[in-house]
Amino acid sequence: MRAMRLNRDAAVNLAILALLVATAIGAHVLGKGFAVTLATKAAIFGLAGVGLNLALGYGGLVSLGHAAFFGIGGYVTGILASHAAAGTPVATLPFAVMGSNEMLGIWPAAMLASGLAALVIGALSLRTSGVYFIMVTLAFAQMLYYFAISWPRYGGEDGLSFYVRNSFPGLNTFAPIQYFAICAVLLAAALALTAMVTQSRFGLALQAARQNGQRTVAVGIRPYAVRLTAFVLSGTIVGLAGALYADLNRFVSPAMLSWHMSGEIMVFVILGGVGRLCGPVAGAALFILLEQVLGGVSDYWQALLGLLLLGIVLFAPGGLIGLVTRRGRHA
Amino acid sequence: MLLAEQALNGLQYGMMLFLMAAGLTLVFGVMGLINLAHGALYMTGAFACAAVAAASGSFWLGLAASLVAAAAAGALVEMAVIRRLYARDHLDQVLATFALILVFSEGTRWLFGSFPLYLTLPPALSGAVMLPGGLHYPLFRLVIIGFGAAVALGLWWLIARTRLGIRIRAGEADREMIGALGVDIARLYTIVFALGAALAGLAGALVGTIQSVQVGMGEPVLILAFVVVVIGGIGSIKGAFIGALLVGMTDTLGKALLPGLLSRAWDAAGANSLGASLASVLIYVLMAVVLILRPQGLFGAQGAER
Repeated sequence: MRAMRLNRDAAVNLAILALLVATAIGAHVLGKGFAVTLATKAAIFGLAGVGLNLALGYGGLVSLGHAAFFGIGGYVTGILASHAAAGTPVATLPFAVMGSNEMLGIWPAAMLASGLAALVIGALSLRTSGVYFIMVTLAFAQMLYYFAISWPRYGGEDGLSFYVRNSFPGLNTFAPIQYFAICAVLLAAALALTAMVTQSRFGLALQAARQNGQRTVAVGIRPYAVRLTAFVLSGTIVGLAGALYADLNRFVSPAMLSWHMSGEIMVFVILGGVGRLCGPVAGAALFILLEQVLGGVSDYWQALLGLLLLGIVLFAPGGLIGLVTRRGRHA
Repeated sequence: MLLAEQALNGLQYGMMLFLMAAGLTLVFGVMGLINLAHGALYMTGAFACAAVAAASGSFWLGLAASLVAAAAAGALVEMAVIRRLYARDHLDQVLATFALILVFSEGTRWLFGSFPLYLTLPPALSGAVMLPGGLHYPLFRLVIIGFGAAVALGLWWLIARTRLGIRIRAGEADREMIGALGVDIARLYTIVFALGAALAGLAGALVGTIQSVQVGMGEPVLILAFVVVVIGGIGSIKGAFIGALLVGMTDTLGKALLPGLLSRAWDAAGANSLGASLASVLIYVLMAVVLILRPQGLFGAQGAER
């Protein structure tokens, strides 16, 4: 029985990914560049959701501050790209750091910066639990948001635009379908990483800590260290998503750091189904579809989205995949 | 002189934050619910005040309307949605109340449009007064400080001295027990939620008078109220009061003094703007320090595991 369910989950996961890729390719063949960009956005938001899902779904860490990592990834991209365009160093002390417009150079920097931020924020926030944790992560993200707004060096409230999308060896990143391919491959890599991590000893410890912290201590595992590791990994993945999102728009602004962003990343995870491998991808795709469809119906589409969300929380706690596989949240 | 004025501004800001944080901490303490939609109730109060004051020409009627409208909205939301969330985990509560924010914000935008509304003060409250020491200070800000202090006293009296207060405290301690003793818990919860909502609505109307009334005005305040609750300790009204004053003072004085201090310390063009940026994150640093020293907040019960 269990094996059959697992197969059903795996089939749904593969179907979601195939659908996303098919949508992008179909739109490309039909010459609808806008739809390819929407699919790219879904892949990037899905990646952010996959990152959050690691902390939220598997670790039970309800972080309402992941916009911090999304924004940091975005700002690292924007800052490096704008310095590369201007030919000025980012920093001269303690050693000269030059800007870059190579994605292969930017991604590690974005992941490093957001990972470090996740280490600091996580180390402080994980001293608390439950509702405190939600408020504290929210507050730290908000701190970065206000810092970005009031710091005029990189655009302040207006944000920072860079005119040329960063480059990737051998690809033309300006072609929507090629940029989609980059994002989709990274998404698949993150999904593979998540699948591997959650089935490893570390992943089992993380899920055990979610289910019962005291018993985890009793078998000799420190929940704090396990949770912090998961939080940092989660923040790093979300930071990469932020870097891709910045490149998609060729623009970063404090809105990427705002708590609405945190809420939306959380919504991707919930719409799809908490603690499910491809749940966030399905959720992000559904979110963007809703934005397009409902946005065409009414300017006040977010109110409709709100009502839909309320319905899902109250009546379908397993999310979209839960409906399809007829199984509640984390079996 | 400048310092005294800024200290009063900080006090006024702190009192306003207290009105918000009191409702949040009460709802969390009694029902164990995290309510992101508290800012939406604040906005509801502000819009009700602006609409009624514009229609009737009386600021006082508007203020009364803000209390009634926010309390009514609170009671309605509690009975329709929030009630189903008490038994759920925090994640469901966060999501459902996030969804409520979307509904409230877009609903308000649909009703009132995106342009900010402005409230005019009655002549009796506008203008400045001369304080001892020769400081001219806007009367209305003093009135807000008075409102905050009165609400703090009133809440203390309500919780410590009345029958309803006994039930609220009993509800915090053991909800099954007071249910078994014949208290209608569902009604008690609706009352507590509406009370918190009314306080938020009042805060919204008062602040709307100083600033402007617009969609989304509740969210920055909501997050500051969270910081206050984290600093003060969840469920503690006293903690909310002290925390609110601390945050109000730190933020106002930091923004007033830090840029000047930094540019005096080292004479660079960037010092001023760096000071402004640092001042805007000062309260979060305060929160981090409190978390390191006392993770359960200044007045929180031992063992923040809730």
